[in-house]
Amino acid sequence: MKIIFKKFFIQLTTAVVLCSTVGVAVAQTPSTNAPAAAAPAAAPDNTPKPDAQGYNTGAASDAADASNTPLIVPAPTELSDADKKNPDKVKAYNDAKKAFDDYTAQAKTEPLAVRVMDGVGHNRVAINFMWTLVTGFLVMFMQAGFALVETGLCRAKNAGHTMAMNFMIYPMGMLGFYLCGFAFMFGGMNSPLTPNPGGIATMGGYGGLNNELGFNLGGHFIGLLGFKGFMLQGAGYDTAAFALFLFQMVFMDTTATIPTGGAAERWKFSAFMIYGCCIGTIMYPVFGNWVWGNGWLSQMGVNWGIGHGHVDFAGSSVVHMQGGVIALIFCWLIGPRYGKYDAKGKIVHPIIPHNIPFVMLGTFILAFGWFGFNPGSSLAGTELRISVVAVNTMLASATGALGATLWMWWVRTKKPDPSMMCNGMLAGLVAITCPCAFVSAGGASILGLVAGVLVVESVFFFDKIGIDDCVGAISVHGVNGAWGCISLGLFADGTYGEGWNGVPGKVTGLFYGGGFGQLTAEIIGVVTCFVTLSVLSLIVYFIVEKLVGNRVPKDIEIEGLDIPEMGVPGYAGFVMDKASETPMLAGDHYSGAPATTKPTSITT
Amino acid sequence: MKKIEAIIKPFKLDEVKTALMEVGVHGLTVIEVKGFGRQKGHTETYRGSEYTLEFLPKVMVAVVVGEDQLDAAVGAIIKAARTGKIGDGKIFVSPLDDVVRIRTSEKGATAI
Repeated sequence: MKIIFKKFFIQLTTAVVLCSTVGVAVAQTPSTNAPAAAAPAAAPDNTPKPDAQGYNTGAASDAADASNTPLIVPAPTELSDADKKNPDKVKAYNDAKKAFDDYTAQAKTEPLAVRVMDGVGHNRVAINFMWTLVTGFLVMFMQAGFALVETGLCRAKNAGHTMAMNFMIYPMGMLGFYLCGFAFMFGGMNSPLTPNPGGIATMGGYGGLNNELGFNLGGHFIGLLGFKGFMLQGAGYDTAAFALFLFQMVFMDTTATIPTGGAAERWKFSAFMIYGCCIGTIMYPVFGNWVWGNGWLSQMGVNWGIGHGHVDFAGSSVVHMQGGVIALIFCWLIGPRYGKYDAKGKIVHPIIPHNIPFVMLGTFILAFGWFGFNPGSSLAGTELRISVVAVNTMLASATGALGATLWMWWVRTKKPDPSMMCNGMLAGLVAITCPCAFVSAGGASILGLVAGVLVVESVFFFDKIGIDDCVGAISVHGVNGAWGCISLGLFADGTYGEGWNGVPGKVTGLFYGGGFGQLTAEIIGVVTCFVTLSVLSLIVYFIVEKLVGNRVPKDIEIEGLDIPEMGVPGYAGFVMDKASETPMLAGDHYSGAPATTKPTSITT
Repeated sequence: MKKIEAIIKPFKLDEVKTALMEVGVHGLTVIEVKGFGRQKGHTETYRGSEYTLEFLPKVMVAVVVGEDQLDAAVGAIIKAARTGKIGDGKIFVSPLDDVVRIRTSEKGATAI
């Protein structure tokens, strides 16, 4: 494993070196941490320094007005000889020079104001830190929501096991992300090789994470994987990087906990633990780097003029669709729970949930956590668009729940299934996650409603083709993650996203006159997500199959996973009724679990 | 002595208890049970797939009475437990050999 990795690394580094020699424009962005009064003539030290105390994060250069225009006026770039012949450029230079001279003169007469601006900039960055951390804490609590939803939808005899998977994915995923996942995903976000490098812009602009591995294709750099900030050491030991780590870690854990619901009630705990090692280290960060870490999907707009590149504000594809695709591959390969389908693949015994109040409480916790998920993805409390994001999020959750309820009630089964209400609300939330900052309230409501109907039809479809997903994870997160991205390409109303991913103009979808560009970028992202995660899931599944096997033996599945796998029942002292039993199929001559312990004899 | 085992709808338990006490029954035992009768439960759907709720929750009230009290007790249960709809339940009456009060070792009718 280690050798393969080393080889891969060497190949990638060679590719990077190669492409830089072929002549990729190397543009090192200067750190915006530079103090305000820095003399323009002095040669600036451009190497970004990690700031472990946070004393130097946020300075006068971060002070800005409401529209993000910085208050300090930077020195204009000197014109080249060729540019000096262009009257427009000369005029622009003269204007900028005059503004800078005026500012410098003012700064001289009001030195205190310049110092105050340092404090203003620091406070502005502090608000963004605060916002990012607090919304990250909200997202962390979504783990509890997932645990309740998934356990509630399973049978009582597997409650302890399902809860334990939801519990252990938090530390397993986190440690993997700490070890290398974060470095793979964000280690190259400020790489000078990418056409559009950028530091952690809202949190002081720290740019130390600047090593992106990739190759050159037709003069364009194709970023594949970040490679800096391992174990948050070196360039990673920076307050802004830590804040970003916390926020992105809880996002990764959201992805990680999605497949535990889909493949519950039959997934071996040891197999799950190996999956837990893989998700945070490599499965999640690859596609994540391509979209959020300045990898190739985000640069499609700059490189090839496809919209703004793949835009995903809070993670319909990066977080939810990744989890949904893993759930799809795992549920498909591990097979349906025993007794649900007969030999012909027809559902003979639907397996009903044991605790609807858990499911609904969990859904509410998730909907609450989503106010961290979506508005928090601005990474900026000073970005007032967060109110639009929050309202769009709640509207889509409402129409999603309503859509699923009415579709079940009036069209599908004549009763408003509570489990489907919850799936509907989550589907609306997943769908709005990508476009939440770019659509109007009406657009959010409509795309949420579509998500509600889509999730019902999708659950029915996967049930029909024999892919047994205990909680609807594939439909909620996979199908609606894809729909969320596509809906951005349709509904983005052109009011937000100026210069997103380095492409001038605002993000505009098909229905608002933006043409097919953004829609194409979203579809490319969705297809890439599906293909990449399918391949990674297959690899992980078969490695686990080889090592420990993915599925528990039949007798354990029938007995319930709690005692054989975990050692204690989820509900000690409660009598399980027939609803918790595994239905036996006609013609099955199963004669009971082999005795694992000798029965205790009771003497009188 | 007779043993009466009445399977009734759970929400009728209070009324049955009151009615039995009114006819002079001093004690009874309640057991939560599940079962089906001639209707064999009913079908529901979960996420589009039909399943049968075969075993419906009921309450079984067990009472031991003397021969003289039997008709009054059975009558009281019928009156209190009847709704007139399907699923009202059944009453089983069987002869009883003996009753022992554990505290005093009394036997027979005095132990009831």
